[in-house]
Amino acid sequence: MTAPAPTTQRQRRERVPAVLVLEDGRTFRGQAYGAVGETFGEAVFNTGMSGYQETLTDPSYHRQVVVMTAPQIGNTGVNDEDPESARIWVAGYVVRDPARIPSNWRSRRSLDEELTTQGVVGISGIDTRALTRHLRERGAMRVGIFSGEALADQAVLLAKVQASPEMKGADLCAEVATTEKYVVPAVGTKKFTVAALDLGIKAMTPQRMAERGIEVHVFPANSTLEELYSVEPDGVFFSNGPGDPATADHQVAVARGVLERRTPFFGICFGNQILGRALGFGTYKLKYGHRGINQPVQDRTTGKVEVTAHNHGFAVQAPLDKVSDTPYGRAEVSHVCLNDDVVEGLHCLDTPAFSVQYHPEAAAGPHDAAYLFDRFVSLMAGAPARTTAGS
Amino acid sequence: MPKRTDIKSVLVIGSGPIVIGQAAEFDYSGTQACRVLRAEGLRVVLVNSNPATIMTDPEIADATYVEPITPEFVEKIIAKERPDVLLPTLGGQTALNTAISLHENGTLAKYGVELIGANVEAIHKGEDRQLFKGVVEAVNARIGHGESARSVICHSMDDVLKGVETLGGYPVVVRPSFTMGGAGSGFAHDEEDLRRIAGQGLALSPTTEVLLEESILGWKEYELELMRDKNDNVVVVCSIENFDPMGVHTGDSITVAPAMTLTDREYQTLRDIGIAIIREVGVDTGGCNIQFAINPVDGRVIVIEMNPRVSRSSALASKATGFPIAKIAAKLAVGYTLDEIPNDITEQTPASFEPTLDYVVVKVPRFAFEKFPSADATLTTTMKSVGEAMAMGRNFPEALNKALRSLEKKGSQFSWVGEPGDKAELLTKAQVPTDGRINTVMQAIRAGATQEEVFEATRIDPWFVDQLFLLDEIATELAEAEKLDPELLRYAKRHGFSDQQIGEIRGLKPDVVREVRHALGIRPVFKTVDTCAAEFAARTPYFYSSYDEETEVAPRTKPAVIILGSGPNRIGQGIEFDYSCVHASFALADAGYETVMVNCNPETVSTDYDTSDRLYFEPLTLEDVLEIVHAEQQAGPLAGVIVQLGGQTPLGLAQALKDNGVPIVGTQPEAIDLAEERGAFGRVLRDAGLPAPKHGTAFSFEEAKAIADEIGYPVLARPSYVLGGRGMEIVYDEASLASYLERHAGLISEHPVLIDRFLDDAVEIDVDALYDGTELYLGGVMEHIEEAGIHSGDSACALPPITLGGYDIKRLRTSTEAIARGVGVRGLINIQFALAGDILYVLEANPRASRTVPFTSKATAVPLAKAAARISLGATIAELRTEGLLPAEGDGGTLPADCPISVKEAVMPWSRFRDIHGRGVDTVLGPEMRSTGEVMGIDKVFGTAYAKAQSGAYGALPTKGKVFVSVANRDKRNLVFPARALVDQGFEVLATAGTAEVLQRGGIPSTLVRKHSEGEGPNGEKTIIQLIHEGAVDLIINTPYGTGGRLDGYEIRTAAVSRGVPCLTTVQAMGAAVQGIDALLRGEVGVMSLQEHAALINAGRQ
Repeated sequence: MTAPAPTTQRQRRERVPAVLVLEDGRTFRGQAYGAVGETFGEAVFNTGMSGYQETLTDPSYHRQVVVMTAPQIGNTGVNDEDPESARIWVAGYVVRDPARIPSNWRSRRSLDEELTTQGVVGISGIDTRALTRHLRERGAMRVGIFSGEALADQAVLLAKVQASPEMKGADLCAEVATTEKYVVPAVGTKKFTVAALDLGIKAMTPQRMAERGIEVHVFPANSTLEELYSVEPDGVFFSNGPGDPATADHQVAVARGVLERRTPFFGICFGNQILGRALGFGTYKLKYGHRGINQPVQDRTTGKVEVTAHNHGFAVQAPLDKVSDTPYGRAEVSHVCLNDDVVEGLHCLDTPAFSVQYHPEAAAGPHDAAYLFDRFVSLMAGAPARTTAGS
Repeated sequence: MPKRTDIKSVLVIGSGPIVIGQAAEFDYSGTQACRVLRAEGLRVVLVNSNPATIMTDPEIADATYVEPITPEFVEKIIAKERPDVLLPTLGGQTALNTAISLHENGTLAKYGVELIGANVEAIHKGEDRQLFKGVVEAVNARIGHGESARSVICHSMDDVLKGVETLGGYPVVVRPSFTMGGAGSGFAHDEEDLRRIAGQGLALSPTTEVLLEESILGWKEYELELMRDKNDNVVVVCSIENFDPMGVHTGDSITVAPAMTLTDREYQTLRDIGIAIIREVGVDTGGCNIQFAINPVDGRVIVIEMNPRVSRSSALASKATGFPIAKIAAKLAVGYTLDEIPNDITEQTPASFEPTLDYVVVKVPRFAFEKFPSADATLTTTMKSVGEAMAMGRNFPEALNKALRSLEKKGSQFSWVGEPGDKAELLTKAQVPTDGRINTVMQAIRAGATQEEVFEATRIDPWFVDQLFLLDEIATELAEAEKLDPELLRYAKRHGFSDQQIGEIRGLKPDVVREVRHALGIRPVFKTVDTCAAEFAARTPYFYSSYDEETEVAPRTKPAVIILGSGPNRIGQGIEFDYSCVHASFALADAGYETVMVNCNPETVSTDYDTSDRLYFEPLTLEDVLEIVHAEQQAGPLAGVIVQLGGQTPLGLAQALKDNGVPIVGTQPEAIDLAEERGAFGRVLRDAGLPAPKHGTAFSFEEAKAIADEIGYPVLARPSYVLGGRGMEIVYDEASLASYLERHAGLISEHPVLIDRFLDDAVEIDVDALYDGTELYLGGVMEHIEEAGIHSGDSACALPPITLGGYDIKRLRTSTEAIARGVGVRGLINIQFALAGDILYVLEANPRASRTVPFTSKATAVPLAKAAARISLGATIAELRTEGLLPAEGDGGTLPADCPISVKEAVMPWSRFRDIHGRGVDTVLGPEMRSTGEVMGIDKVFGTAYAKAQSGAYGALPTKGKVFVSVANRDKRNLVFPARALVDQGFEVLATAGTAEVLQRGGIPSTLVRKHSEGEGPNGEKTIIQLIHEGAVDLIINTPYGTGGRLDGYEIRTAAVSRGVPCLTTVQAMGAAVQGIDALLRGEVGVMSLQEHAALINAGRQ
């Protein structure tokens, strides 16, 4: 046996000062992590204790500065298998204690190197818990991280942060989605064809479908209904993605087309919000969102609780206590977050469509909700949707 | 779906005496469970033989039986109480095994008692290695992950030898089935090892079964704590990573939560396997613990084992996350589901989630090898530690440094003073896991070892190794810096360096570092353990310190009392002190104070977040306590700090705290000093006209010899600076004295040696009392069964005293009051007396809660620790009598004549230790305390109470068969009477030549057996050792002459331990056993709850 991890040359602590400025003026001083420079975005916190690589590469984090509540980050380095997309999407990265060396048999390089290579400006050594509590109490807000030559007077930095764009009203999915259609082939025998609208799709999602015999055709975010139907899909899938669902009028229109055609529909995250809007529900911005991999969600049809991965700052406004009448028949809230009663899933009773606000593909996170992909398969097979997770 | 409505009463089984591998964590879990079940309106019936527990407090259950946890006694309780259900998963392996026995012998069916929390099939599937292997295979077939180490099950030595060939040779792991804490397991590197370990394992296993396994030494080791409810909801409460790789029992490893070196994919694989296993095993409701090994080269995952019950790791996980596993397990067992149970800490979110941590938790084990000098200190898969400390920090180095200083043991903290030593030697030493290996690794790093070299030697994960390098780099920076600038100081504190460590490195006193730090405004903040990484607001003030920016201690208006706990369990300072601290917290909360607990022991009730109003999970060092005091003084009024209840740990801090302006309530530090300082205490005794045994203080052999000559042999020799009997020995002659001083040569050069007259044949008496400055409340008088000279913690004792009369009690009362007044006690005092030739000598006085407070409190039905806490804060005994906390009249010295007898017996850890040759360690009792726990037996008469105590401690006394007797010359005179009684009771007496001769002269028939040293006889006559090993001996009485002196005695006693034969090492114990056997033969043994016991005593007090 040899040492499993390559040991990089240890360095004497070199500390490049960095500063994090929130739009309300609160400031944290630490050291630069990753690239040196400046960056802006919406400050959000993620409570996952594992899966930083998946988080960083999740397109839904586009334009967000992610604060990791877990203090030791980077311990397992960066490998080539776990990214959820081709690049890091977070606008900035905030950690308390970054690893000095990576240790894992799959690790190829350190997280610090990866962040630097991809130009992601970060900060380390700050009281991430204090920052998290601040965001919890005051809500998600704009933030800037500055290091190196970007450092300046507090007032100057604050003005810059306050001048940066807000997340509310941001139409971002086209910025992160694929520009060219591509196909993820089914693993084994192909059973179904699915047209997937990429609003910021994570790599694990088509893979979970492919594992179930689905050939997934991934389309750019602005594709039309006709384009989706050009592949004669057995089902249509709307992915997760960044930004404010209130701006996604085009995608809502496409979803309505799918519902009218009664093609089996499955949406995740942003896709859930679009189904919600298509059904006539509103969406709203949560105070500080759900971002983590320990959220308890109850499947209201079975009463069972699943521990799930979340990454959403917006949610659907739908009544929990009754079945709603919509232009596409009756619909109900199928899943709810037990922490705060936020709508986590919708289910159409008269149309073959359902969606969840959280991430059954996990990555990072628990696999408790993987049964939802089976439910999609059942829907396409024409069988009544399975209502239990099975075991 | 709320709780079941068909359950009205529940029987909870505790875990019995504290032993290695089964300690205070089960008091914590059992207490939580009982409180929850009572709150649900159920009648809770509890059985636990351990009086030092909170769970056996009369107010925790409706009917509390301090009775032996054996199927026989539990059946008596079931017959009397007729509970609907039995909850066996919260009392460790003892409870589980007892429940299985009751199921298998038909008792549960006979009385219609349902097992809840686990079914028998699930217990078997989880614990039977072959069945569990099947479980893992089934899981692998379903989810494609997880496998067992290749292994073979063996039921005989032949199987074992063949098994090694099947596995492809040595090394192999041997694991006996159904033993707790991994007892009897180990690595065999060759056939000799194998025969020894497997032989013992076969004997230890109740099913005569051991498992041989491929070696996965050096792999990464992980644990998951899971919970499942009846709706099949499963959550993973916590992941734990072992710093020490595979090969060291997890109880002996440094462990870290959450897992530090897993990617999400790998972690989710473990989670998937864990969930599939809990389902496959069929743990319907409750918790379980699953252990994994991961090959660091390719990530291959092996499932090592599961515990289908609450375990030591679950206690750790509960404290580490704030998720109360035992409490929730109890709720699940009575029908709730996880989503119906609120998370206490956030109040607004349910328990059906997985805690997420924004801090790092480190647990370090505490060992007691110094008490067992001949024991092999190598760490193996058999647990050897006696306690543990846990610490939290905002990064791994901070948590690690805090944990190491929480151990409160010389040398436990990293040191950068002096020369590190030779690199190659240090690396070689670090290859073998031992107590303190991490310090050896640090020295190797100082000596220039590279990260690769450290990994090669230890297989400790490179990430952890790098963190140690980080600490060394900071230390170097501290040493090399021109001055201690604020940035550097803050940086070092952020990584957990103590003021003492920084001082050592910089050549400063810790006080100076602290003053500099305070002057610069560098202080820790206190963060909250909230289960959710600050996602939701926490309602429970459960704090840990960190050098970070923002503190979360909220202001308060009520006056606060800070109670300092007792730190990690160790021999001499265990759960008894936690009991007193918890009682103080309860009593002071009732009296209107805001109670603030400080402790670092995750096994305890005191560190439960709902025991006190505020909990600080912090090291008990001066630096850490001063910071807490500061934080609480900022938060609101502080009434004071209680130091007298947590044993030696807080007592040792008392003077320094006071010197730093901290108000100490109750007995003042000066008074504590007065009792501990020989000269001053001597004056107190002289003023009160009380005799102490003659003594002197020696600085050289000549002086020691002169003193011993003057006072006469035997003498008791001990170093002057220790307590708990460390290094104390009875010396019978000049040669032994010389040898004692030679062995302790290091001591006498630094500290004088105290020489006391040893009172041969004296009756030793322990007194616990309360004193408020004017009035004395005599809590209880305990008469030791063993003679003076056996450490009081290791001696059995009876309360009320069985042979002392009214005149003796009167003298004890007068002397106790004189000492309490002379010393200046406000609260509890414990005094040890020796009655020799009608003179009452004072041996020592401790102005603090003693080890016996819980026992005394239970035996007399009076909460002494609660009263002590109140007296500390200014209440008088008269007021407490009026209030009803103390009886209106009378005290522990005036118990009613029909008061039942309570007997306390110590439990020794002999079977846990082997010397480096694999032989047992000697089992002789002496002035140095070595017991880990205790049991209590209560009955109307002494004999029955003693028999119960024996049953609770070691297994029942025999009522027929063969008894082997071999005693030292000085005991021969006292042998005849009890030996005759044994013959009358129908025993066959076996004796070696010398003892047989004495018996014959006394007219007692005996069968002559050969000594071990004589070897087997010409006609195949067996030696006594062979007979013991063959199971032909039912009771052994063997009194030693000195320690380790005569090989025969050693061989006899170690054979007794390995075969589990009751072995008495004093004639006094023999006399007591005779009475116990007598009671058993008359068949008059019933059961009585503490509540009935209290009613009886209180009726007598009217």
